[in-house]
Amino acid sequence: MTPAVSFTKVSRHFGSVRAVDAVDLDIVEGEFFAMLGPSGSGKTTCLRLIAGFEQPTSGRIEIFGENAVGVPPYRRNVNTVFQDYALFPHLNVADNVAYGLMVKGVGREERSRAADEALALVKLPGYGARKPGQLSGGQRQRVALARALVNKPRVLLLDEPLGALDLKLREQMQEELKSLQKQLGITFVFVTHDQGEALSMADRVAVFNDGRIMQIGSPQEIYRRPATRFVADFVGSSNILPPDFMQRYAGQRRWGSLRPEHIRILAQTAGDGVPARVAALNYLGAGTRVSLDAEGLRLHAVVDSGGALPSPGDDVVLTFNRDHVHVMDEPA
Amino acid sequence: MSALAADTRHAPAILAGRGGVFGAMSDWVWRHPTMFLVLMLTPPVLWLGIIYIGSLFALLLQSFFAIDEFSGLINRDFTLKTYGELFLPQNVDIVVRTVLMAALVTVASAIVAFPIAYYAARYAKGKWKAAFYLGVMLPLWSSYLVKVYAWKLILAKEGILNWIFAKLHLTFVLDAWLALPIVGGNSLSVSYTGTFLVFLYVWMPFMILPMQAALERVPGNLIEASADLGAAPRQTFRNVILPLAMPGVIAGSIFTFSLTMGDYIIPQIIGTSRLFIGQAVYAHQGTAGNIPLAAAFTVVPIVVMGFYLWFAKRQGAFDAL
Repeated sequence: MTPAVSFTKVSRHFGSVRAVDAVDLDIVEGEFFAMLGPSGSGKTTCLRLIAGFEQPTSGRIEIFGENAVGVPPYRRNVNTVFQDYALFPHLNVADNVAYGLMVKGVGREERSRAADEALALVKLPGYGARKPGQLSGGQRQRVALARALVNKPRVLLLDEPLGALDLKLREQMQEELKSLQKQLGITFVFVTHDQGEALSMADRVAVFNDGRIMQIGSPQEIYRRPATRFVADFVGSSNILPPDFMQRYAGQRRWGSLRPEHIRILAQTAGDGVPARVAALNYLGAGTRVSLDAEGLRLHAVVDSGGALPSPGDDVVLTFNRDHVHVMDEPA
Repeated sequence: MSALAADTRHAPAILAGRGGVFGAMSDWVWRHPTMFLVLMLTPPVLWLGIIYIGSLFALLLQSFFAIDEFSGLINRDFTLKTYGELFLPQNVDIVVRTVLMAALVTVASAIVAFPIAYYAARYAKGKWKAAFYLGVMLPLWSSYLVKVYAWKLILAKEGILNWIFAKLHLTFVLDAWLALPIVGGNSLSVSYTGTFLVFLYVWMPFMILPMQAALERVPGNLIEASADLGAAPRQTFRNVILPLAMPGVIAGSIFTFSLTMGDYIIPQIIGTSRLFIGQAVYAHQGTAGNIPLAAAFTVVPIVVMGFYLWFAKRQGAFDAL
C-alpha cells in the first residue's frame, strides 16, 4: 500500500544547522503517528515539511505517492492544527471554520452547513457567532481542529496542540482526539515533546534527536526495547546501565536499560545484588521514586507508596530480574 | 548554614520608607491609583481641552458669522450666509479639487507604501530594519520648503526628470502626458501631476509608518494557516493580511488625506495657479480679511474626514482592533 507520507533521505538545513538530517520515514494511511523528541530535535521541522511551509534542502517527500517537493501549502490536501491555534482574530468562529471552503469557492449555504457540522463534531455547536477572543484555550483548540477537519484532509498535522492546556483538559482532549481519529479514519501526524502523550495516543512513535530519527516503533516497542541510550532516557526515564555495570550484574558487556519499576529495594546492608545508598525520595502519588547511588551511578526505582519506604542515607541492596534488563543496539 | 541563609533570616520583612517628600508622595500615589491618573492627565487635558479644542471651537464659531460687504467688518450675528458662499461655483471648484487631490494622493501612497511596509514588517531584520527607519524618516529631517523647491527643480522643463526622459529617448511619453487635459500643462512643475507627485513624496512616511506598525502585529502563523487551508497568496492578502492591516492603512490615510487637504504651500509652489482649500483659507484670512469664510473652508476637511471615518467604520475597517 502507498504510504500516506514518505520521506526519502530528507534533509533541511538552516545555514550550518541541520534541523532535519537524512530522515527516512513512512507513515501508513489511517494511523495515528507521533513524532516525539525534545525541542530542537527536528520534529516540528518535519511536520512543516509535510505541510509545505518548509522545503527540503535535499531528499524526496511524497504524499500518497505524489511528489510534494516544490508544491506550495495551498495545493496540498493536508491541514494543520497549529500550536497556538492561529485562528483569524477578525473572523467569527463559523467563518474561521469555513475559511478553507470559502477560498475554494464553496457557496455560502453549504459552507455554513459544513461549519455547523464540524463544530458539532468537536462539541462546540452554536458557537459560530463568537469571536476567537471570546473563547477559552480549550475551545480555541476545538475550533482549530474543526477548521482543519472541515476540509476533509488526507493527512491532519497537529503541532503540539495540547501544550497550552491544563492537565485535566489535556487528558480529556487526548481521549477525544484518539476517538475522533478512529471515527474519521484520517491519518494523524502528531508532534509532541511529552512522551506520555505520545505513548498513550499513537499507533506508532518516531523518536527524534538532533534532526535524526532514533527509533520508530509501536509505543510498546519504544518503551520496552529502546534502541539507543537517548531513547531509553527520553521515553520514561529508564536507568541506563553502562557496559561495565552490565558485565558485572547482567553477564554481558553491552549498554543496557532498566525501568525504574523493575528495581526492588531490599532493606539490608549486604547480600546478593547491587549495594546502594538512598539519596532522596520523591512522592508521586501511587508510587514513590527513590533516587539511589550505586557503583558511581545515579539509579531511580519506583516503589509502591503504601509499602515500607527507605529513608535517605540508608544502605540498601538492589535486585532485579535479568530478563527485565533490555540490551541496547548501541555499541559498547 | 551558609552566609546567604543567615543574612536572609535577619533581613527586615517590611522595608523602611524612602523618606522625604518624594518618598511620601510615592507611597501616597501608590495607595490612590485614581489620583495618579488625575495628576498624570491634568496637564495634557488642560492643553488639549482649552488651547487646542477651545481654539478649534472659536474657529467654528467664526464660520457662523458673516462679513458685511460694504464695511468689510465682521457682523457677529448667527447666520448660515457664509456657508452658503461655500456653494458658489468657484468655491465648490476649490473643494472638489482639494478633496479629489487628497483622495488620489492617499490611494497612491497606500499602494506605494504597502510593499515597503510589508518588507519592513515581515522580512527586514537588524541593520536592514534600521536602514528602513532611517530611509523613511530621513526626508523628515530636512525642511519641508527645501524639499518642495528641490522638487520644483526636478520637475522643471530644464530639470533632471526631463533630462532622464531625454536620455532614455522617452521624451514623447512625457510630452503626450503633458498634452492631456487637466493633468497636463507646460511642464510638470506647473501641472496637477507635479502637485500630485510632490504631495505623494512629502506625505509618504506618514503612510508607511502606521502601515508597518499594523503589519508587524499580524502574526506570521496566520499567513501560514491561510495557505494551509488552501488560500493562494492573492486570497491570503485579501482575506487575512489586508483586513488585519486595515487599521494601520486607515491611520496612514488620515494623515495623508488631512495633510493634503490642509496644505497651502505645495500647490502654491508647484502646480497650476488654481486654488486649493489651504490657499483659500490663507487668502481669505489674510489680504481679504474674510475670517468667517476662511473658517467655513476649514470646516470642510473636518466634515470630509468625519464622513470618511464613519464610512470606514461601517465597512468594518476597525474590526481587527
